[in-house]
Amino acid sequence: MKKDDTNAISVSGLSKYYDGLAAVNDINFQVKSGEIFGFLGPNGAGKTTTIRVLTGLAQLSAGTAYVLGHDVNTGITLAKKEFGVVPEISNLYDELTVLENLVFMGQLYGVSRSERLKRAEELLKTFHLWQKKDARFNTLSRGMKRVLTISAALIHKPRLLFLDEPTVGLDVVNARSLRSLIQEINHQGVTIFLTTHYLEEADILCDRIAILVQGRMVALDTPDNLKKMIKSEPVCELRFNPMAEGTVNELGGLDGIHRIEKLGDNVRVYGESISFLTETIVKYASQKGLEIVSINSVKPSLEDAFIQITGMVLEAMLVEKGGR
Amino acid sequence: MWRDNLRGIYYITVKDMKTYYLKPPTISWGIVFPVAWMLAFYLRSPHGFEELIPGLVAMTILFSTTAVEAVVINFELRLGSLERLLLAPISLPAVLLGKILGGVIFGLIMTVIVTLGSVLVLGLQINVAYFVLIVILSLFVFSSMGALVCVSVKEVFEAQTLLNIPRFLMIFLCGVVFPVAALPPVLKQIAYVLPLTYTVEGLQQSLGLAQGSSSVIGVLVLLAFIPAFIFPAVKLLARKFA
Repeated sequence: MKKDDTNAISVSGLSKYYDGLAAVNDINFQVKSGEIFGFLGPNGAGKTTTIRVLTGLAQLSAGTAYVLGHDVNTGITLAKKEFGVVPEISNLYDELTVLENLVFMGQLYGVSRSERLKRAEELLKTFHLWQKKDARFNTLSRGMKRVLTISAALIHKPRLLFLDEPTVGLDVVNARSLRSLIQEINHQGVTIFLTTHYLEEADILCDRIAILVQGRMVALDTPDNLKKMIKSEPVCELRFNPMAEGTVNELGGLDGIHRIEKLGDNVRVYGESISFLTETIVKYASQKGLEIVSINSVKPSLEDAFIQITGMVLEAMLVEKGGR
Repeated sequence: MWRDNLRGIYYITVKDMKTYYLKPPTISWGIVFPVAWMLAFYLRSPHGFEELIPGLVAMTILFSTTAVEAVVINFELRLGSLERLLLAPISLPAVLLGKILGGVIFGLIMTVIVTLGSVLVLGLQINVAYFVLIVILSLFVFSSMGALVCVSVKEVFEAQTLLNIPRFLMIFLCGVVFPVAALPPVLKQIAYVLPLTYTVEGLQQSLGLAQGSSSVIGVLVLLAFIPAFIFPAVKLLARKFA
């Protein structure tokens, strides 16, 4: 039975147990059509389990979940015609070529013969794999395998794309390139549900992020709102020229400066307020004849928010368990 | 929905044929083993060879179908690419049927080669319709049996090893090399619980080497074995994705 729902995904009270242990415990969220929605959490938090339930590879133990209006219990096969999945492992077929893999995926999804060849060519040219079309899958680099797996998930022009840890194992250049690709796909109107344990990736890509800890959803909001949730000390990051150890220690001893942190070539100064810190630093630099190479206020990062939120939750869980 | 499933079954079968028919385990267990046995028996006693044909053809069906199932299912279970099929809009039973059909077709090719060779060399008379019926049913029975065993393990070698238990049991008990009638009573009882017995008897009848030209009971028993293997195979595979 199809639920009339304008959200791409609607989940209520979803739980998944394995041998009595909750891999996912009573989570609730909606993913709006057209957004990039992120599941952020450490390994074992329940991210992949949630994707497996939503894509029909696992059955939920409790609660309800609707994907593109279809109940995952009864209508998942119909829903599969409209979504694509990029699993954590690039699990296409080693013995088939790049083009054969895409054509086979098109066949499985009922894309007509002429359309699937055209679509395969279009995707391979868009993702710069056309020259590798006759290469076997097992001869591709890890980054190319990942891109081809994404292409395979797009062969039938899905409305929704599931990405499970899309950049894991990729080098910096390929990861960045893949993130741009994901944004480009979203700009074409595809809703994206991605899981990641990379904070920077979630911060850059996602319109909203849900944080999972040990199977529970502990926060759900935009990256900016998550950062605003936490209380943090005012901090400025600066670099002087020259930057001597003595300078740093002296700065740290000034009235109103709470502490100093050295970060590579830069220094973070924590104090009463941003305006106080700025005035103090400028005055100090002027007195000592130091050039200020850079100075800026530092807002709480998603990493700060994540650590504080998950730290609080883990502590609460520990208390629940009697401190064990 | 049934159109999607039929389409899925067809394309999975074609992909498996292209990808797995020439894999080493398929060649060694599906081609070399039955052919080697046939040659060994022919060289041992060429004059009495025609009496062994039904058993050896049955053995070819058994080994060729099950060898392919171990490859088309377990390679993909190990690499995670079976999940790729389950993410497509095709039901799990349809995916499994596609896998079973891969074994059926390979077994059919091997059976045709072996049968044509035997019939042409020895000039046997054959009830073609009944022969084809027994062969087709048996291909499905043993492919399904192979699928049932293969979905319960992960690795190809585990599947081949586990399959050797029923395979070798049936070779010795089901009339492949010596008649069921010559077995002690207890073993005879066991033989009639095993599907290969009905394959051998059906082939014997179709080649005029046994009493009666056909057996309805044999056909019905073989038919019954197909869902008896497929339904638990579907359940076992579904449990992996529960």
